[in-house]
Amino acid sequence: MAKTNTKKVKKKKISRRSFNRGVILTLATLSAAGAGIYPITSPRASNYLRPPGAVPEAEFLASCIKCGQCVQTCPVEAIELAFLDDGFSVGTAYIDARNQGCDFSCDALQCILACPTGALDHKIDKPEQVLMGLAVLTHPDTCLATKNLGFKGHARGKDFQGLLRYSEIDRWKPQLMRDHPVDREICDVCQLLCPIKGAITMEQKTKGDGSSYWTPVVNSNCTGCGVCEMVCPVQEAAIEVIPWKKWQDSSGKDGQESGHVG
Amino acid sequence: MWGKKAIPKEVIKIHEQRYKDLKAGGKTKDHIANQANAGSTKWRNRRWATLIIINLLFVISFQFDMQLVEGSLTASRFIGFHMADPYAAMQIGLAFGQVILNLVIGTLTVVFIYLIVGGRAFCSWVCPYHLVSELAEKIHLRLTKKKLVKNRPFNINTKYWLWGIFLIIAFVTGYTAFEMLSPLGILSRALIYGPGIGILWVLFLLLVEIFYSRRIWCKNICPIGVTYRFIGIFSLTKVVYDISGCHHDGACRTACLVPHVLDFTKPGKAPRLHDNYVGGDCTNCGMCVDICPTDSLKFDIRFVNKLF
Repeated sequence: MAKTNTKKVKKKKISRRSFNRGVILTLATLSAAGAGIYPITSPRASNYLRPPGAVPEAEFLASCIKCGQCVQTCPVEAIELAFLDDGFSVGTAYIDARNQGCDFSCDALQCILACPTGALDHKIDKPEQVLMGLAVLTHPDTCLATKNLGFKGHARGKDFQGLLRYSEIDRWKPQLMRDHPVDREICDVCQLLCPIKGAITMEQKTKGDGSSYWTPVVNSNCTGCGVCEMVCPVQEAAIEVIPWKKWQDSSGKDGQESGHVG
Repeated sequence: MWGKKAIPKEVIKIHEQRYKDLKAGGKTKDHIANQANAGSTKWRNRRWATLIIINLLFVISFQFDMQLVEGSLTASRFIGFHMADPYAAMQIGLAFGQVILNLVIGTLTVVFIYLIVGGRAFCSWVCPYHLVSELAEKIHLRLTKKKLVKNRPFNINTKYWLWGIFLIIAFVTGYTAFEMLSPLGILSRALIYGPGIGILWVLFLLLVEIFYSRRIWCKNICPIGVTYRFIGIFSLTKVVYDISGCHHDGACRTACLVPHVLDFTKPGKAPRLHDNYVGGDCTNCGMCVDICPTDSLKFDIRFVNKLF
């Protein structure tokens, strides 16, 4: 009798220890997951320019399954996947506009069609409906137009890999930007290559001292595709796309309304 | 599963005979002769080939723009058909708070496939982490043999707790928190889109498995495996055990990732003569089938085999 009792006690002890170790393992796994929460609090995490049709950032993080089907379908390879150092964004899709903007050369928004989860909203089916962010002349002092300067040559150098659609050359096949140098009397490359008609216009303004200068003006139909940022010929793009998320954060209003500058 | 049912008399007879044999220290001649069959690598080779081909298909179809299998193992399209990892889909459904038709279709397709080929067959036949983990296990076993490393087994139920907790986290916080830990997703993306810093996490897991606890991720943690395990309860393809030739050496259990599914190979445990099917935790890796010297363990397609 005594023997079986000690056996039972021993068995109970083992199972309790096993339970405790299970709890420890659970906590360890959860804290590893928790460590991923930290980077999302950094301002960098919210700075991603999401692909066309992306739902608002919180919902996007909830719904992106990180499969990369949008990456695979994009004809200009504009979309990339974030990695572990980006916290909860790990593996989520984004666009590095300076590297390769979205030029809508697929017309039908293939990335949205490819998305299996609705992280890219299927209701959007025309480039004009997209709102990823808004272009802003963030560095007017370096913009060539404001200095009344022209631009001749390769906007991004002879080694740049960026692709763009040049409809008049080939409607369906995006071309290497470096094969198509420009020659403008007053630099208006952003306006020239913008895929959305009328999203950027060049306007002549007058300074306080009476001298006049040119400046690109972003209009309300800008989709934030990032082509202007990609093609801007100065060292650090004078015109940049601010992701929609950031507009919402700073204005506290609906980005669609407040973001647009006339 | 069969525990409550009475064990047939003929099986009890065999069990009694086995006890006598074992007590007498008797290993029969044919037992020793049959050992020569053991250690085949037939199923392992087939499995590794399948695993590598499936993962290569993803890589190749992206590299050469073939549109054969687009996406990665979390969600993909196989010649146009949606596929989705059921656990990732569940998390997203809970986090997003919406039913997404494509995800539902993809999940059902995957569930259907694994109902046929065996639930956790995904783990051992598809998951790239399983392959690297198997290699780490070989190192681990070599080190434990030399007594340089001690294996610390963990509670096998931990994965069920984590399965639930990560679903709750997804629902409450709106983040698919598990996906950032998942070595399946990290490795699959690394293969297709190029490695990122997430690879370090996978390496860390492998080091834990080599020096601390054998196959701890697949065995004790991975909720993706748990999801497939639930499918596996009902799946058709399973390992089946026939007691009549068995010597109860337990070689199968030492090879197995989840040896509790083979408990019926212990002397006196099998409830039936044939038709002893393994439980849902089995990954259909076929290691037990390979190692069994008496062909007592085999792959079988339940129900369907009765039709012919």
